[in-house]
Amino acid sequence: MTRLTLNGDSIESAAATLAALLDERGLATTKCATAVNEAFVPAAARASHPLHPGDRVEIVIPTQGG
Amino acid sequence: MQVYGTELAGRFLLGTALYPSPAVMQEAFRASKAAVATVSVRREGAGSGAGMVFWQIIAGLGIPVLPNTAGCHSVKEAVITAHMARELFDTRWIKLEVIGNSDTLQPDPFGLVEAARILTGDGFQVFPYMTEDLVLADRLLDAGCEVLMPWGAPIGTGLGLLNRYALRSLRAHFPDVPMVIDAGLGLPSQAAEAMEMGFDAVLLNTAVAKAGDPVAMARAFALAIEAGVLARAADPIEPRDMAAPSTPVLGKAFLA
Repeated sequence: MTRLTLNGDSIESAAATLAALLDERGLATTKCATAVNEAFVPAAARASHPLHPGDRVEIVIPTQGG
Repeated sequence: MQVYGTELAGRFLLGTALYPSPAVMQEAFRASKAAVATVSVRREGAGSGAGMVFWQIIAGLGIPVLPNTAGCHSVKEAVITAHMARELFDTRWIKLEVIGNSDTLQPDPFGLVEAARILTGDGFQVFPYMTEDLVLADRLLDAGCEVLMPWGAPIGTGLGLLNRYALRSLRAHFPDVPMVIDAGLGLPSQAAEAMEMGFDAVLLNTAVAKAGDPVAMARAFALAIEAGVLARAADPIEPRDMAAPSTPVLGKAFLA
């Protein structure tokens, strides 16, 4: 298990890649965008993006705005 | 009005936040005949599906979306947020906000120019939320922006056009640059004034969403914007200090 920070919360994950993390969190088909360690990771690169202990992952979704 | 080669269907850009309910928001958009809907991105909340529900409502409006980088205080944050928004909403448009002060929510002009330059280089079409500063406008145009969005007043205040001199000056210096008054409007009369001054469009959210009757207010803004556009095109008279009778003087009965 790897300790990560996901959207500001500390979590334990078995995911080796960003795509696996989304799958693990039930977000594989969710309309979302991702960043790891303050760098944007495009959807097409998630499966090849490895996760390491301490990584900071951000997952965002569409929301209201002005 | 054209922005980045795209003809907008109107001159009203409306935000999607702060409405009492999604149904009221949809109804307000219908009443507004808004040409563009502004949207944002926020952290996913434990698989709630909220993003998809919201997205379906927005897609149902049938108008282009303009994602923002609201709440970003650094260039880095704004640039990453823009990239995430581009993928989520499948658009090169970005309403670029780099906030410089938490109390006034006023743009950080230095960060704004830097972020605009980076994003333009990355293929974005940047709509910068800016103060009404003329030199800042020049720098943003240099950075590749093809539209400018000066504020009327701080976000959510409803104070209207606080610095008319600077706004007039901005309009006069860059007559061919599309300009949108973004933020600070509270009343339709202020939107009409912006259009009378020659601005191309207005962008607002709070004034409609937080009104007692958002749907009626959306319609009121739409009508005011139309009135302002018509007035501008109709070549208004110049104000003058001396009275000038409108009723013919000649032929008046002598009754004194």
